[in-house]
Amino acid sequence: MDYIIILIAAVFVNNIVLAQFLGICPFLGVSSKVSTSVGMSGAVLFVMTLATMVTYLLHEFILVPAGLDYLRTITFILVIAALVQMVEIILKKVSPPLYQALGVFLPLITTNCAVLGVAILALGLDGGSLLKAVFFAVSNSIGFALALIVFASIREHLELANIPKGMKGVPINLLVAGLLSLAFLGFTGLV
Amino acid sequence: MAEKVNQTQNFLKGIVKDNPVFVMLLGMCPTLGVTSSAFNGLGMGVATLFVLLMSNIVVSLVKTQIPSKVRIPAFIIVIASFVTIVEMVLEAFIPFLYEQLGIFIPLIVVNCLILGRAEAFASKNNILSSIVDALGMGLGFVIALTALGAVREILGSGSIFEFKFVAEDANTFILFILPPGAFIALAYLSVLFNKISIKTT
Amino acid sequence: MKKKKDTFINMVVSLFAITIIAGFSLGFVNELTVGPIEKGKIERKVNALKQVLPEFDNNPVDEIQLVKSEFAKDSVEVYPAFKNNEFVGAAIIGSTEKGFSGLIKIMVGFTPDGNIKNIAVLEQKETPGLGTKMKDEKYLAQYREKNPSTFNLKVTKDGGEVDALTGATITSRAFGEAVQMAYDEFIKNNDALKELKN
Repeated sequence: MDYIIILIAAVFVNNIVLAQFLGICPFLGVSSKVSTSVGMSGAVLFVMTLATMVTYLLHEFILVPAGLDYLRTITFILVIAALVQMVEIILKKVSPPLYQALGVFLPLITTNCAVLGVAILALGLDGGSLLKAVFFAVSNSIGFALALIVFASIREHLELANIPKGMKGVPINLLVAGLLSLAFLGFTGLV
Repeated sequence: MAEKVNQTQNFLKGIVKDNPVFVMLLGMCPTLGVTSSAFNGLGMGVATLFVLLMSNIVVSLVKTQIPSKVRIPAFIIVIASFVTIVEMVLEAFIPFLYEQLGIFIPLIVVNCLILGRAEAFASKNNILSSIVDALGMGLGFVIALTALGAVREILGSGSIFEFKFVAEDANTFILFILPPGAFIALAYLSVLFNKISIKTT
Repeated sequence: MKKKKDTFINMVVSLFAITIIAGFSLGFVNELTVGPIEKGKIERKVNALKQVLPEFDNNPVDEIQLVKSEFAKDSVEVYPAFKNNEFVGAAIIGSTEKGFSGLIKIMVGFTPDGNIKNIAVLEQKETPGLGTKMKDEKYLAQYREKNPSTFNLKVTKDGGEVDALTGATITSRAFGEAVQMAYDEFIKNNDALKELKN
């Protein structure tokens, strides 16, 4: 039951992009085509889950017992940066097709605040356990994917629309994001 | 003389021509996430300005000592240290602001604005230019966040910097302090910004 | 100055040096701030206690009682207050997950006969401008000097006596539930608390 609530909350109610404003950079940056947004979502799912798992263990078994809680930010970001590099190298060797699909997005992920954000938020979960933290990361990346892919498909249609000159580009995209966020607001109170 | 003009332009570019929020779209997460009031926007802006300034200074000082292959991790360590310092100082001395900004304080680390300036400017220029660059860019960020926060607070709570100018139980556009309002307010602010900056240049 | 070359030694040494410097400076700042952070936390707790309790001269934070409860996941925090060694009331943390956006945590102060002295909101994530109005004087005043044994904490819509916040019925329901939980805990522990000083 706990897990169902985490899933629904992360995907719909507290959507990481549209309600919590994490990962806005890739949300606005790589959402001009549905195909690229699917690739980005895949890369985020992969890295976010892995990063949360590693940082959770690191925090629980090294930082807290040693009383070094205040080094959280610095260790987490280094772990994420190193992890992204490693994933990139391993994917290149082990699975070239997957590297083809996700490769270009990987370097962008280090500065995706959704990854660091989820790693930190996962520490604050009620009655936390490793399983819960990882599940939380997976749920949030599904939420990220949902927001990104829906947004990208709307943007593909916008290409054809007749938009006033001053609104073209950034403003109209933000406005669309605002309306999407408004739609997701309707889920509040669901859990 | 040439040097001086150069510095003024260097300073101003961050505020208008290359404004980090309206033009370069850097650091959008805190921009949208914490601006539900003018004070929060200002607080986040100043915290970011501090980290940007300090990291630009340090990066520009040690740039010759760092082999270029490991420069990105080195920059990240420098930035993350200053962010942690900001986090601890805020928690100790301004706990109210610390609670309001929440998760967005540690996330200053991944604000592309800071790493971007370290990589694109401070690692190539001398210390004075780097300081001026950081001040300009940081101020541009502060102005953008405070403006967005002010607009959202005026429309959403009928107040500005906590000073209320409508009746206590008057109806306001609550939408603007909710998440969708952040996107919508920023959309119209950037239309306005584009219009003004096209006119002035 | 010439740029350092990309030799392995150079890379390791420079990264190592930066990490060491960063580690030491963070440790130093941590030493400076850890005191004020702790002090601030206690101060905020004491301020909340002063708000919700009658005048007291002991230190309720030191005499905190943790009570096991079937309503809460962890134990419930109970802060007894004494004046001249006489029991003058207790503050109890009430919480609920049923707020519009989840957790609402409040501190309710009771006088020995079970009357609500005052309520302070400790944590909440409700909708700004709607649910957050539970912190307003107008709403909180409804609860003051009321005894939940005779005063129905439910909102009027559910047959109770509390006027719900406009547009935030769910928040008001959850708030009432948290107060009820604090009251139930108070009644359960009232006798034990009175005995504390004897």
